[in-house]
Amino acid sequence: MPVKVMIPSPLRPYAGKRDSAEFNARTVGEALGHLTTQFAELRKHLFTEEGKLRSFVNVYVNDEDIRYLAKENTPTKDGDTISIIPSIAGGVRE
Amino acid sequence: MATTAQPQTGAKPAASLSNEEILRYSRHLIMPEVGMEGQLKLKNAKVLLIGTGGLGAPLGLYLAAAGVGRLGLVDFDVVDFTNLQRQVTFGTSDVGKPKSEAARARLSNLNPDIQIQSFETQLTSANALELFKDFDIIVDGTDNFPTRYLVNDACILLGKPNVYGSIFRFEGQATVFGMPDGPCYRCLYPEPPPPGLVPSCAEGGVLGVLPGIVGSIQAMETIKLILGRGDNLIGRLLLFDALGMKFRELKLRKNPNCPVCGTHPTITKLIDYYEFCGVRGEEAPGPSVQVPEISPRELKARLDRGDDLFILDVREPHEYQICNLKGHLLPLGELTRRVHELDSSREIVAHCRSGKRSAEAVDFLRKAGFRKILNLKGGILAWSDEVDPSVPKY
Repeated sequence: MPVKVMIPSPLRPYAGKRDSAEFNARTVGEALGHLTTQFAELRKHLFTEEGKLRSFVNVYVNDEDIRYLAKENTPTKDGDTISIIPSIAGGVRE
Repeated sequence: MATTAQPQTGAKPAASLSNEEILRYSRHLIMPEVGMEGQLKLKNAKVLLIGTGGLGAPLGLYLAAAGVGRLGLVDFDVVDFTNLQRQVTFGTSDVGKPKSEAARARLSNLNPDIQIQSFETQLTSANALELFKDFDIIVDGTDNFPTRYLVNDACILLGKPNVYGSIFRFEGQATVFGMPDGPCYRCLYPEPPPPGLVPSCAEGGVLGVLPGIVGSIQAMETIKLILGRGDNLIGRLLLFDALGMKFRELKLRKNPNCPVCGTHPTITKLIDYYEFCGVRGEEAPGPSVQVPEISPRELKARLDRGDDLFILDVREPHEYQICNLKGHLLPLGELTRRVHELDSSREIVAHCRSGKRSAEAVDFLRKAGFRKILNLKGGILAWSDEVDPSVPKY
């Protein structure tokens, strides 16, 4: 069941410059697992060393924040869009 | 600290418009959604803009043009040549002037009927509450995490709406925080990213139109809040992708456990936001790695002497096209994968634009066993200043 994972621009350099990727996954955690297996450099940007999602990375299934669903166990279905929304401050200044 | 066009203390709410104002705002007045009642609300509104840069430019211009009666402009920065690509409030002749004052002059010319105060100061935990208290709505057009958390917390403590916008390269976000039943910035992002995990300067930059669009969305939300019309972005995060030209929105929820706006807040006064965000000073320092360096003049002398030096340029290919020192291009992000291209027996001088990325590269290569490696201090910018002014700075 393919779900689409949207990769935001700050993280694209670690994901082969891709803006999205599709995976067969039954949960959000599974989809992010596939994503960080395919793009290993992404892992440290999304997960802590203990394997928990970092607190400044928000993940949505369609328009709902997974923190208010079942977190990484949130089930996904065919055609769902998973969005990774990191905090951005401004981005102009270095 | 503050300059003001007209005295603003003890002013009673305006109850009418002059004939000149009626003519100026006629395209508002003939809309039933604004009308005389709405225009008077605008005239009596007090809006504080934090930042007069990319987002602040359309904000200032549209809010002044719309007749927001009192505008405050907070910025400690001066106009730089590289600002003109997107900060459309400023002209070339403003370069070197304080932004808050240059913006005040421009907006006063646009609309002499409103009061504009410029605050040439950095927003801090010591002055934020005092600055905010005389305004109804705070608009966040800043460019760094410490100020965003500061603006958020000060708005929550004072119960004021915070019209939020932020941009990165081709993407923008906008929402309204700080409304009584709505979420705040900390509900969305309880903590900032650590400095090492924010995008490096290699991925910086912004298309000039983008802050124009996001700042205009903030201006629209501000005006709707003043008019009490329409559906505001409360509890909704608007995402704009300029490359795909797509708008999306995500639901934002008020977090009952939020440390500042939750039911049992643990943050009840302003804190040290630089410490909170893990940065000291106004600029987030790069990785604080100490590596052996060479100054541009020393490098020039050694090259002139004919020393065998391998120049390693760790910038991106599009930066190499702007200017280069004829070095071997190997972007920092590819270094791990392509380290075998380098000969550890040769003496290497690594450089980037400013010296930050190349310091990371030198640190990495030293850990990988390279012994004869130096970082060009100050990067290509310092090379242009100290050795060869024909190399453009960017």
